[in-house]
Amino acid sequence: MTVECDGKTIEYDKPIVIYRLMEHLSLNREIYLPMVNDRLVTEDYRAEKGDSVKFIKVVSGG
Amino acid sequence: MKCRACGEPAVINLKSYSTALCAPHFISFLEKRTLGTIRRYRLIENDERPIVAVSGGKDSLSIWFMLNKLGYSADGVYINLGIEDYSDISFAKITKMADLLGKKVYSFNIKTLVGKGIDGLAKTLKRVPCSACGMIKRYVMNRVCIEHGYTTLVTGHNIDDEASALFGNVLYWKEEYLGKKNVVLEARQGHLSKKVKPFFLCSEREIAAYAILNDIDYIRDECPFSIGAKTLIYKEMLNKLEELSPGTKIQFVKGYLKSFVNNRQEDTKNTEKYCSKCGYPTFSGICNMCRMFERLNIEGQIGFDEYDPSVLDRKERLMT
Repeated sequence: MTVECDGKTIEYDKPIVIYRLMEHLSLNREIYLPMVNDRLVTEDYRAEKGDSVKFIKVVSGG
Repeated sequence: MKCRACGEPAVINLKSYSTALCAPHFISFLEKRTLGTIRRYRLIENDERPIVAVSGGKDSLSIWFMLNKLGYSADGVYINLGIEDYSDISFAKITKMADLLGKKVYSFNIKTLVGKGIDGLAKTLKRVPCSACGMIKRYVMNRVCIEHGYTTLVTGHNIDDEASALFGNVLYWKEEYLGKKNVVLEARQGHLSKKVKPFFLCSEREIAAYAILNDIDYIRDECPFSIGAKTLIYKEMLNKLEELSPGTKIQFVKGYLKSFVNNRQEDTKNTEKYCSKCGYPTFSGICNMCRMFERLNIEGQIGFDEYDPSVLDRKERLMT
């Protein structure tokens, strides 16, 4: 599966639950929204092999 | 995780409300919450004519979209700061939304007035770009309201903006600013339009999700001048607290509204004067914008371009 965040792309071999992935990448769930295959998902969603995962940063200058 | 309302798969987990919702129920939740803020604080009354300050970002495009969806007919106003690429991309997102809503956008281009973008102007004024930007935006957006008959300026400020500003003001004990921030800032007849923030109690995360679920095409790049801004550092710190203790930001901001706002606003009303040249509120005889015009030898004529999809449609129809 491909994981995109802050302009970087990482490859993951094994299925993984989104909140675990966010922990691995040190992503705050208040700052990043997870999307799998271009759809918003909750942090308990399990991303499978072949999925495209994106973390959308939600914070702006204000 | 299942939607608390219907049991379908949820798309967002709202820990501060101990709930998770599917797309339709989340959209409905955020619209009800915003409508609740509008009604509770009397942000837009029946006889008012609102206009939305649009930047091309998620917050301003979402509130513009939502207001029109909820029946509040609102045009938009955009300040083109002359930031290479970023400003043009932002305006393209705005006109796309204007086309969708069938609403007019007034745009003001800083380069047309002063011959340089915000970075060049900030250097001339010996200010940081964000400070110069804030001064120009506040002034120009007020001018569009006064000159074109809009009673109410709507901005997309959210709870993260408010909590971070409050945090900064408390951290450095800027007492002169404490109590000034509010969901609504009342008008001063002929001088200052009413300013309202319907997303005051909504988070950036919620607004971003709303934008994504409604296919709102917003600019995701950060303004190049906001990199390293203290506001972003405060937001990150507050979000760390929020992650550990959901509901922290809303408690902070609601506590502030309850404790500070009502006591402080009357003080400022009595001390402010109006600019002798343009009538804008100021603490001295001439406002900062008129002072800037003097310094740059510019006749302060703020002109607006108008992008009107309804006129474009008519022209296109006539041509075919």
